[in-house]
Amino acid sequence: MKIMVIVKATKNSEAGVMPDERLLTEMGKYNEELAQAGILVAGEGLHPSLKGKRVKFSGAAREVVDGPFTEAKELIAGFWIWQVRSMDEALEWARRCPDPMPGEESELELRQVFEPEDFGEAYSPELRAKEEQLRAELERKARS
Amino acid sequence: MSDAGTLTRAAIEAVWRIEAARLIGGLVRFVRDVDRAEDLAQAALLSALERWPQTGIPANPGAWLMTAAKHRAIDEGRRQAMMQQKHGELQRAAPSGATLDVERLDAPVGDDVLRLVLIACHPVLSRDARAALTLRLVAGLSTAEIARAFLATEPTIAQRIVRAKRTLAEAKVPFELPEGDELRARIPQALEVIYLIFNEGYTATAGEDWLRHELCEEALRLGRVLERLVPDDAEAAGLVALMELQASRARARVSPSGEPILLLEQDRSRWDGLLIARGLAALARAEARARPLGPYALQAAIAACHATARRAEDTDWARIVALYDALVALTGSPVVELNRAIAVSMAFGPAEALPLVDELAGVPALGSYHLLPAVRGDLLVKLGRHDEARAEFARAASLTMNERERGLMLRREAECRRARGEA
Repeated sequence: MKIMVIVKATKNSEAGVMPDERLLTEMGKYNEELAQAGILVAGEGLHPSLKGKRVKFSGAAREVVDGPFTEAKELIAGFWIWQVRSMDEALEWARRCPDPMPGEESELELRQVFEPEDFGEAYSPELRAKEEQLRAELERKARS
Repeated sequence: MSDAGTLTRAAIEAVWRIEAARLIGGLVRFVRDVDRAEDLAQAALLSALERWPQTGIPANPGAWLMTAAKHRAIDEGRRQAMMQQKHGELQRAAPSGATLDVERLDAPVGDDVLRLVLIACHPVLSRDARAALTLRLVAGLSTAEIARAFLATEPTIAQRIVRAKRTLAEAKVPFELPEGDELRARIPQALEVIYLIFNEGYTATAGEDWLRHELCEEALRLGRVLERLVPDDAEAAGLVALMELQASRARARVSPSGEPILLLEQDRSRWDGLLIARGLAALARAEARARPLGPYALQAAIAACHATARRAEDTDWARIVALYDALVALTGSPVVELNRAIAVSMAFGPAEALPLVDELAGVPALGSYHLLPAVRGDLLVKLGRHDEARAEFARAASLTMNERERGLMLRREAECRRARGEA
């Protein structure tokens, strides 16, 4: 299964404070371990929300909102995608992560990535067929 | 988060899975016996299951497990030495356990994992035994999990593993990591086992136990691990590229009713872009490591031609033909030649491809290979020679063991009959 590991933003990360050399070294080592274990599929760090945009939806209306955004805890500063066998395995790897935001409270959030088999029995062949039909219709509409 | 109250068996087993290869690999170097190394590691896991619920998971669980296993090895060694003295035997020069070289445990960890991979994939073992032992020792799977994934019973797999370990001991397989050319010569064996595991998962059908499909992920993971352990081996990168690119299509290759969907008919929007990007990156690493490309890298390069074509009709068939040329030269396999003929037909038309297939018809190895008449029939249909095509499809139907395929061949045969009637 794939797990997205979300590094939550903090006041410092939002202020654009760059990690010091020690953290960079430790994170480099940690990333190397993830890669050596064959589980690291992807991972990126993000600029502060100051450089971000939001597109708000309300019916037909679209509104673009410029960053920065408040509520640092609700923002993300980076992510990994890991391919692991269980959430427990991902938790054990997360536990080994160096403190991503030294001097501040911070957290990692682990979320499982959807895959077709996650729908289990409920995602029957008929349902799949319907979904595919829907997709095909959407594509037709998009083209016309 | 080593909160003692919430520490579950599953959490400890997750540690095991992460540490098993390094732990067993290190212990093999220490006690020079795969079976004993695994026993010691398992015993360490048992003490962790006893201790950690009270103490929480230690800061460095791998080192904790290694220390526990090492102490046990030393204790066992002492007990053995005492027994020998009791029986009035002279202590041998290097008794196992009592004089274990603790310093050697500080050698680079990567070597331990590579050593374990090479032992598990040793050529004295049968292919089935290699796959089972690799999953057990390197991937940390339980016997029950391996049995489910390979559609075998647990006792069968357990027996296979016991016998494999015995074979390794009897053959006195050396535990030193080979170097230079000798190491290079052993890598292809490990790659073959990993690809075998991948294909076992890739051929699993829709309704089957999900664990079978997970074999693909296990193989990918093993491949990625091995690639980093042998950073100048181009084929290790080539195999990773091939597996990532094939895995990228997993979602699109079966219809909702479980029928296989051919590559050119797949909905490409369902291909996994992340895996494609990883596959292409691995292929670039393989190309940077060595030219000309080896068989895995060549197959990956062919898979990459498909992966980078946004629509089936955008496929660069001429390049695929060239890659098959190289692959034929390397492998000499008539099956690869048949695939090349299909690519020639796509690139230059069926008239160019038919003589190539006719040539293959005389190859004894393909005598009962159903895809040969199937491909020939397809080319003949494209050339409007329905009468001859009909006979080829009938022959293909009689040769295949697969019910679904037989159905398809008989349908095509019927189509030929109709086409002839209309003509």
